[in-house]
Amino acid sequence: MNKADMEQRLWEYIDGFSMAEENAVVETLIRENQQWRQLYQDLLLVHQSLAGIDLEQPALRFTKNVMDEIAKNAIAPATRNYINPKIIWGITAFFILSILCFFIYGLGQINWVASSAPAHPLGIDLNKINYGKMFNSTVMNVFVMVFAVLGLMLLDEFIHNKQKKYHTPA
Amino acid sequence: MEIISRVLQGHTQAYATLVQRYQNFVFTIVLRYIKGREDAEEVAQDVFVKAFRSLDNFKGASKFSTWLYTIATTTSITALRKTKLDTQSLDNETVFNKAETIEGSIKTNTIEQKSRVAMVNNAIRLLRADDAHVLTLFYKGEQTLEEIAQICGKEVNAVKVQLHRARIRLKEKMQTHFKADVADIF
Repeated sequence: MNKADMEQRLWEYIDGFSMAEENAVVETLIRENQQWRQLYQDLLLVHQSLAGIDLEQPALRFTKNVMDEIAKNAIAPATRNYINPKIIWGITAFFILSILCFFIYGLGQINWVASSAPAHPLGIDLNKINYGKMFNSTVMNVFVMVFAVLGLMLLDEFIHNKQKKYHTPA
Repeated sequence: MEIISRVLQGHTQAYATLVQRYQNFVFTIVLRYIKGREDAEEVAQDVFVKAFRSLDNFKGASKFSTWLYTIATTTSITALRKTKLDTQSLDNETVFNKAETIEGSIKTNTIEQKSRVAMVNNAIRLLRADDAHVLTLFYKGEQTLEEIAQICGKEVNAVKVQLHRARIRLKEKMQTHFKADVADIF
């Protein structure tokens, strides 16, 4: 076993991260092997020294400075207190209505009159739909723009929540 | 939680107790990233102000210290990016000369103090900020690996590996920069 592996096992043992069985094995190695014992003592000294390091101290006026600064600030209300659920429902309703409008507008472009051609399995002859009219209209462009913006906002919200989950405790 | 409740009820002065209790921890964390004491004090002050403003969002799902150190870490990293302070690794040749200067001043200091703890403290200052940060949180911040992972925004295993490597690098720094002292003290 190389030194790096020995160190890793010893650190796990010192930190108390290893399982009981591994602990017993490492203890035996420390007891019976001079190389393991020497390395263990070295690492233990580093560990004890790290445990004894001093924390840095700010200036004596630090607390007063913070309190002076805080006097100028107010506690921000929790997010849930100022976000109105009605706004969220409003956005949802707008979204659903937009989709419905788009769907109805699309259906309105279809020529429902049956032709002499053999009936299409779906009842709609896809060849006769005027796609150009659907996708070139200003209304369509506006819808695409609105959906793109909403999609980006949703993505931003998703990423923000994901980061918040990892970085900020609730 | 009792102090926090009092602060939220409007007893702003109760917050001073929290500041006094955690100021050394927060200041040490900030100093791992921001090297000048004056700049670090400003950032540490900013940490406490931010924590105060967001106090209503703290619900006790984690320890207050974990929550506060998360703010300290993100604020320090943001401040570091804004001011573009020098945090390059000492392995980088462009900062080699500067490192020598730091080492020189530390060495003089070490000879005066001649203590193992002082030497370890000085060696930590020569480490990369993220290594020094993890060591500080683990040994002085009373944080578990899971909590450190939360503070750093990393996986637990990644923190474990970083902790292990940080100690290896610390040992190397001590042996390289404080060889005579290591022989004397250890």
